[in-house]
Amino acid sequence: MTRPRPEPVQVVKQRRDAALNALIQGVPYIQFLGIEFDRRGDELTAVMPFQDRLIGNPLLPALHGGATAAFLEVTAIIGLSWAMLWDRIESGALDPDELAKGNLPRLPKTIDFTVDYLRSGLPRDAYARAHVARSGRRYASVKVEAWQDNRARPFAQASGHFLMPRANDG
Amino acid sequence: MSVDKTKIAEQFIGAIPHSQALGMELTEIGEGTAEISMPYDRRFIGDPETGVIHGGAVSALMDTCCGAAAMSHPKNPGTTATIDLRIDYMRPATPGQTIRTRAECYHITRSVAFVRARAMDDDDSRPVATATGTFTVEAK
Repeated sequence: MTRPRPEPVQVVKQRRDAALNALIQGVPYIQFLGIEFDRRGDELTAVMPFQDRLIGNPLLPALHGGATAAFLEVTAIIGLSWAMLWDRIESGALDPDELAKGNLPRLPKTIDFTVDYLRSGLPRDAYARAHVARSGRRYASVKVEAWQDNRARPFAQASGHFLMPRANDG
Repeated sequence: MSVDKTKIAEQFIGAIPHSQALGMELTEIGEGTAEISMPYDRRFIGDPETGVIHGGAVSALMDTCCGAAAMSHPKNPGTTATIDLRIDYMRPATPGQTIRTRAECYHITRSVAFVRARAMDDDDSRPVATATGTFTVEAK
């Protein structure tokens, strides 16, 4: 018994990045907020570079609570979708070229989303990571944490429930 | 609306860059109540297949409207910041339609304003989303 030769690393990276890009580039609102994703293996970190139009209180200045909420919700949905699609990306069952053409699988829908504002968001880049607490056949529960300069000092956290797409939705 | 309140309403969104970027318009402000609308815009789409607006944009609208209601309460002397906000999404907003939110600050203490809100599209009978949140009451 010999192990099959592992795929070249470039092929693996190219496939994963193509799938991730397709998920993100297709959503106008993610582009509007300027959110990017940094991928290390299967771990995603969302990055929202600072822009003036994200400000809610110009006197402080501070990020708008709505921009923070949207950043956390985008991170949760992409994180959950990514976890949901990972096996199909790895097996090659999902064709990145088809994804890039906009033929995306159905994605989870938000049922509810609760944001805790821990401190005011500074006029700096923000980062966030999602943790899928449970992903079942119909429902999923996801937690998200966002920080800026210090990873140990989050400025917002959220938790939400999501309706998973039905298996026969593609 | 009194002259004073109309002026506040006009200036309110103009002073908030993110709300302005999302095209929000404050249509009514009362004593602890506010109404804000957000016209449909393709840049805010969350589901490219259906053209439905992203939940995050609805959250931003809800947050702004709840904050406006908290600030407009006679017992709130200054500005406000969100402590927490929960949104329940009942159904996707119909693509092409303006989303309107109405928020009410239903209780206020020296430190906390309690607010709830509803978001609607052209169909008034079925809300798109509801929100409940708490906001800070800043000492003057």
